[in-house]
Amino acid sequence: MPKLTISSAPHIRAEHSIQSIMLDVLFALLPAALAGIYFFGLKSLLLIATCVITCVAVEWLYQNACGFRITVSDLSAAVTGLLLALVLPPQTPWWAAGTGSIVAILVTKQFFGGLGHNIFNPALIGRAFLMASWPAYMTTWAQPAGLYSHDWLSLTDAVTGATPLALAKTGQYTSQIDLFLGSVGGCVGETSALALLLGACYLLLRGHIGWQTPASYLGTVALLSWVLGENGFFTGHPMFHLLAGGLILGAFFMATDPVTTPLTGKGKIIFGLGAGILTVVIRKYGGYPEGVCYSILLMNAVTPLIDRFTAKRRLEAGK
Amino acid sequence: MPSFPGGIHPDDCKGQTRDRKIEKIPLPDKLIIPLSQHIGNPAKCKVKVGETVLKGQVIGDADGFVSLPVHASSSGEVTAVENSPHPQGKRSPAIVIKTDGRDQAVKEFGLQRNWEQLSVHELIQFVKEAGIAGLGGAAFPAHVKLSPPPEKKIDLLLINGAECEPFLTADHRLMLEQSEEILQGIRILLTILGLENCLIGIEENKRECYEALVSGIRIKGLSGIKPVLLPVKYPQGSESQLIYSLTGREVPSGGLPLDIGIVVQNVGTAAALFHGVARNIPLISRVVTVTGAAVRKPGNYLVPLGTQISRLLEFCEADLGRTGKVICGGPLMGISQPTLDAPVIKGTCGILLQGSNFSADTEWGNCIRCGRCIRSCPTLLLPVTIAALSRKDRFTECREYGLLDCKECGCCSFVCPAKIPLTHYIKLAKYHLLKEQHQQNKSGA
Repeated sequence: MPKLTISSAPHIRAEHSIQSIMLDVLFALLPAALAGIYFFGLKSLLLIATCVITCVAVEWLYQNACGFRITVSDLSAAVTGLLLALVLPPQTPWWAAGTGSIVAILVTKQFFGGLGHNIFNPALIGRAFLMASWPAYMTTWAQPAGLYSHDWLSLTDAVTGATPLALAKTGQYTSQIDLFLGSVGGCVGETSALALLLGACYLLLRGHIGWQTPASYLGTVALLSWVLGENGFFTGHPMFHLLAGGLILGAFFMATDPVTTPLTGKGKIIFGLGAGILTVVIRKYGGYPEGVCYSILLMNAVTPLIDRFTAKRRLEAGK
Repeated sequence: MPSFPGGIHPDDCKGQTRDRKIEKIPLPDKLIIPLSQHIGNPAKCKVKVGETVLKGQVIGDADGFVSLPVHASSSGEVTAVENSPHPQGKRSPAIVIKTDGRDQAVKEFGLQRNWEQLSVHELIQFVKEAGIAGLGGAAFPAHVKLSPPPEKKIDLLLINGAECEPFLTADHRLMLEQSEEILQGIRILLTILGLENCLIGIEENKRECYEALVSGIRIKGLSGIKPVLLPVKYPQGSESQLIYSLTGREVPSGGLPLDIGIVVQNVGTAAALFHGVARNIPLISRVVTVTGAAVRKPGNYLVPLGTQISRLLEFCEADLGRTGKVICGGPLMGISQPTLDAPVIKGTCGILLQGSNFSADTEWGNCIRCGRCIRSCPTLLLPVTIAALSRKDRFTECREYGLLDCKECGCCSFVCPAKIPLTHYIKLAKYHLLKEQHQQNKSGA
C-alpha cells in the first residue's frame, strides 16, 4: 500500500510567497536607494547598511530569545530597514539610525505579534520616534553632492541647507526638474521622484500594490494644495507639492503597506484621501514642513475602522 | 470576452491528456457501487447477497424526489452490501458485485426510443430512471433541475463546457468525440424545459471543441443553440460564475439558478441524458481523466462506475511508489484520498496523482493582509476575515460575512502568499455552523 497524503483542497498553490513579494519590494526600492547613494554619497550607503542589518539582527535575536519561529528569511525586516533608511536625513548618526531600527522592529512589529499583526508602519514609527527624540539631527539636511564631487566619500558633515518644502514655507520654490531627478536636499531615498516612480511601476506591474491608494493620495494632495494656495484660493503649486518631500515614497511604498492599510479597494481610496488631506494640512498649517509620515501613521490608526465600514458587497446578495 | 469578478489563473496543465482519445478500460473483476452517488437521499438497496444481476439492472431504487436509482455497471453476482470506502472521504453503504466477465445486459438495454414523440412528463421520468446526476462534480440529480416549481419561469438553458479545473480533460474529449450526442441531449433538455435558446460556455483553451459544436449545429441545422467562448479563468465552470459570465445575472444569496430563470447542465450530463433517454442506456460509466507526473499512461478513460481507483491506476500504469497524493476531481476542489479502494462514481471527473509538487499544507506564515484572497474571491467575500473568525470559533459571525455563500472554490487558498489554508477554515466554519443549526432544529422540534 503506497503512502498517501491527505489534506484539504486546493492541492495546488500559486508560486509567489511572502518572501518573493518582499524580495520584489526590495528590488523596487533599489533605484531610490542608488539615487540616494549617488546624491548624498557613501554615508547614505552606510546608513542603509546600519538600518537593514540592525532590523534583521533585532528580529532574529528577539525571536531566538523568545523561542519563536525565526522568520527573518521572509525579508520583511530587511524591507523595514531599507524603508527606514530611505526616510532618514543622509547624515543621521549611526547610533540614532540603529535606535530607530530597534524601535521599528521590536516595539512596532514584534511586541504586537510580528509580521501581519502590527498596527503601524514600522519604518514610519522608527522615523517618528527619531523625530521626537533627536529633532536636531532629523532636521539638518545635507545638500546633494553627486559622484563627481570630492564630497562623495566624505563621512563628516556636508554642506547643509533647507529642504524644498522648508524653503517653500518662505515662498521660495525649487525647480521642478531638480525635484524630479532628486538633486535637492532631503532624506536619503525620497528626493528622486524618477527613481521612486521606476520602482513603483514595477510593483504595480507585478500586482503587489494597487493603484487605489497612490491615486487617491496623490490626487488629494494635488487638488488641495492647488485650492489652498498662498495667494488665496486656487493659486497653489500642485506639481511642486507632488514632487517635494517624501510624498511619492510615502504614496507608493508606505501607504500601500498591506499590513497597516485597508483590505478592500474602497477602503484603500478612503485611506489615500485621508492621508492626502492630513498631508496638505500639516504642510500648510503645521509646525513641520513635511506631513507624509504623520498623515500615514494617523491613517494607520483608523484602518481597522475603515475596514469595518467597507466590507464588500457580496455578488449574490440579491437585488 | 464575458467574464466574472475575481478568479485565478493557474497553469492549466492539460497538455498531458488533452489529445488522448477516450479509451475503454477492461472490465474489473469487482465493482463497488455506492448507493449514494448524488446529492440527496441515497438509493434503497433492492438486491440481496448471492443474487445475480445484469448490466443496466436497477439495484437501488430512488428514495424520494431528490434521489436517483443506481444500476449495475456489468453482470455478475452480488457478494456484499456493506459500508465501503467512498471517494468523498467517509465510508458509505455500497453494493459489491463480482463480475462474471460476460457483461450481459438486461433485455431493454440499448433500446432506441424516438424521444421526440414522448411527453415532457415521460422524458423527465426517463431521465430519472436512467440515474442521471450532474457529471460536473456536484452530482445534483438532473431531473430535479428539470422540474422547477410552476411559479419559477425558466427562460434560458446554459450548458457548462468550461472545464476550468487544471488537469481535467474529460469534458474536452467528450465535446470533440461526442458533439452530436451532446447536441441531441441539449435538444432533449430544451424540449423538457419548453425553451428555444441555449448557450454553451466553453473556455478559450478548448477552441477546437467550440468549432466541433459550431459545425455540428450547422450540419444539423439547429437553431437557438449557441456555443460561446469564455476566457480561461478558474472557476469559470462554477454555476454562478458561468451564469454571470454568459448572462450578467446574479444568483441571489441562498438561492438557486432557477430563481433567476436559468437551468445549468454540464456537457457530460447532456450526453448521458441522450444515452439514457434515446438509447435506454442508464448512467453506468463515465469519462475520467487520469493524469499526473506519476502516471505512465495518462489519458481519458471510459470507466464503469464502481471501478476501484486502485484498478484504474493499475491499468494506467501509475507509479504508486512515488505517490504523495491521489486526488479525486480537480486540484482545486478535489478530495485527496486516504485509500485507493474507493470506486469511481457519477461525479468523478478525474483522478490526479502527483508526488511532491502537490502542496501538503504543512507550515504557513502570518497573514500580511495583502488582500489577494479578497480580489480573487468570485463571490466577493472576505475570505481572510471569515477564516480568521473561524479560527477563533466565532462561527455565527462568519455567517454575517457571507460564509454560506462560499462555493469552496479554493481561489483564496491558491493565491495566499502566506500559504494559509483559508478554504479549509471556511469549510470548517460551515461544518460547525450547520451542525449547530441541525442540533437547534432537533431540540426545537
